[in-house]
Amino acid sequence: MAKTKVIEIEPVSRVEGHGKVSIHLDDHNNVQEARLHIVEFRGFERFIIGRPFWEVPVIVQRLCGICPVSHQLAAAKAMDVIVGAKKLTPTADKIRRLMNYGQIMQSHVLHFFHLCSPDLLFGFDADPEIRNVFGIIKKMPDLAVQGIMMRKYGQEIIRATSGKKIHGTGSVPGGVNKNLSVQERDSFLKEIDQMKKWALGALALAKNYTLEHIDMVREFAAFNSSHLSLVREDGALDLYHGNLRAIDAGGNIIFDQVDYKKFNDYIMEEVRSWSYNKFPFIKSRGHIDGWYRVGPLSRMNTIGFIDTPEAQKALEEFKGLTKGKPNHMSLAYHWARMIEVLHCVEKIEELLTDPDLQGNDLLVKGDRAEEGIGVVEAPRGTLFHHYRVNKDDQVTYCNLIVSSTSNNEAMNRAITKVAHDHISGKPKITEAMLNHVEVAVRAYDPCLSCATHALGQMPLIIEMYDVNGSLLERKGKCL
Amino acid sequence: MKKRLATVSLAGCFGCHMSFLDIDERILDLMKLVQFDRSPLNDFKKFKKRCDIGLIEGGCCNEENVHTLREFRKNCDVLVAIGQCAIMGGLPVMRNAIMHAEDPLRECLDTAYLNSPTVFNASNDIPNDPALPLLLDKVYTCAEVVKVDYQIPGCPPSGDTFWLAMTFLLKGTAADLPYELIKYD
Repeated sequence: MAKTKVIEIEPVSRVEGHGKVSIHLDDHNNVQEARLHIVEFRGFERFIIGRPFWEVPVIVQRLCGICPVSHQLAAAKAMDVIVGAKKLTPTADKIRRLMNYGQIMQSHVLHFFHLCSPDLLFGFDADPEIRNVFGIIKKMPDLAVQGIMMRKYGQEIIRATSGKKIHGTGSVPGGVNKNLSVQERDSFLKEIDQMKKWALGALALAKNYTLEHIDMVREFAAFNSSHLSLVREDGALDLYHGNLRAIDAGGNIIFDQVDYKKFNDYIMEEVRSWSYNKFPFIKSRGHIDGWYRVGPLSRMNTIGFIDTPEAQKALEEFKGLTKGKPNHMSLAYHWARMIEVLHCVEKIEELLTDPDLQGNDLLVKGDRAEEGIGVVEAPRGTLFHHYRVNKDDQVTYCNLIVSSTSNNEAMNRAITKVAHDHISGKPKITEAMLNHVEVAVRAYDPCLSCATHALGQMPLIIEMYDVNGSLLERKGKCL
Repeated sequence: MKKRLATVSLAGCFGCHMSFLDIDERILDLMKLVQFDRSPLNDFKKFKKRCDIGLIEGGCCNEENVHTLREFRKNCDVLVAIGQCAIMGGLPVMRNAIMHAEDPLRECLDTAYLNSPTVFNASNDIPNDPALPLLLDKVYTCAEVVKVDYQIPGCPPSGDTFWLAMTFLLKGTAADLPYELIKYD
């Protein structure tokens, strides 16, 4: 690597957390490799050791301010096992599911409207002065308000079920600590039709964007890969609980209905010197070829169907684009994400009309166990939490594989491809070219705070070095 | 004349920025009063102009955090530390003192990159590429690195707290936040 030029994009912006991209070029500005570096390290897996187990859901959710509920739920599911809660009460199970739908709705909406829509609506090479959420507010205020209000709805669901919009306390080992009041339920029901209308609108926006730009979308940061997610026993989309399914690029099953408590037998993570984010892979396929993708796009590829009518209709259309074969287009993540928003709204409506949410039976416990594993589908993909607890109630072991980590190899391939296609051989590198690279990163909605649960952030710089390794040019975007 | 506002997340979880967005539709009113300078919400990666207010989320756990925080101090008239991580280090600070650990940071790194059963690490090295900023010996609060003018506590401070604090900051008057909005969770 020493004999190449390197361009850096730092910080990567309009993503959650801190990262930078380095693009390695030869003498003729041909791209050899591009790397997404996660530059932060926190160390949760070590400093949580010794803490009492009931603290874990509230501590580990502070890995991430965008998807705290996912960490809270994965940890709570692991702690259910520790306290011997084999089956939660219907109220607890449904309150947690409601919380999860609220979470995925708000996270997806935030990503689509607040972070990514400026690229899609104004163009990848639009003026950076307007290419942001404030530009959307100025130029398309109605759309901006929809995004704001949909996110607010999801956040309010989280507040009602978890106590706070960010870093709440709702899920506890063995269940939940509150139900949903009739007043809360009614206030949500009042707005649900509006939410569904807007969710359909957002879905149409993402779908139409994809179809109108299909030639570009087929090429931009697209590459074949395996996909992994939880699926329900009958193959339906289930974002809270299920078994593991992995498929290869052709859609063939690698493994299916694997109990997630056995994930250690199936998944490993490779450490590479240039990132604090690890590179997970499917063990049986080895560390070279075993990488896979997770998240909304992968879920649309792995599942058989969606158990809500509008979202199922949308899924069929989505699958029609690739004639039922896996969809490998990075930019199709946006469309998949909006199908999930619609699904969440439909599920929220279904749950709100369920009287179990007002039940008072919130907690169960049984025989204490020493080891617990909890897995959920977070907005960005499959999230694994694994703990051991001693007889003094202290955590003695913790291992986390977070969603954005699973997409690490994919994001690196995405930026490498975009750099090849849009930067290679160009005499001068412009801000717009660099934004293309960031658009590829953003498609994955990476949560780089999560990815460095070891502590995180993600900004994007590009640095260019000559063949002797000396710095030629250094560009953040908008220098 | 709109005030210029810059924001950044250092060693935090982005929750404070998310909570800032929890002012929801009030952001439309805020935009009448402020002009955003560099922020992770746009693509301005450097300061464009001198700013009236800088909001800092997160403490400092690597050299880049320190550099960024000093840039903010240099370019902002008023610097506000937002949330527990910026004010007191937050959860990451737990790695500063791990019981019975002589070198806590080393233990955190070993746990993440060497000793986990799902780790495959052929070189047996901890990530060490020059592209990665150097980690600090411990996590520092913002006030340990630069002078901080105001602090807004909470993990994170709620959207309402942000809103009220911003109105005081923009008016330039002393903040009088009601008891219910000040949380130390």
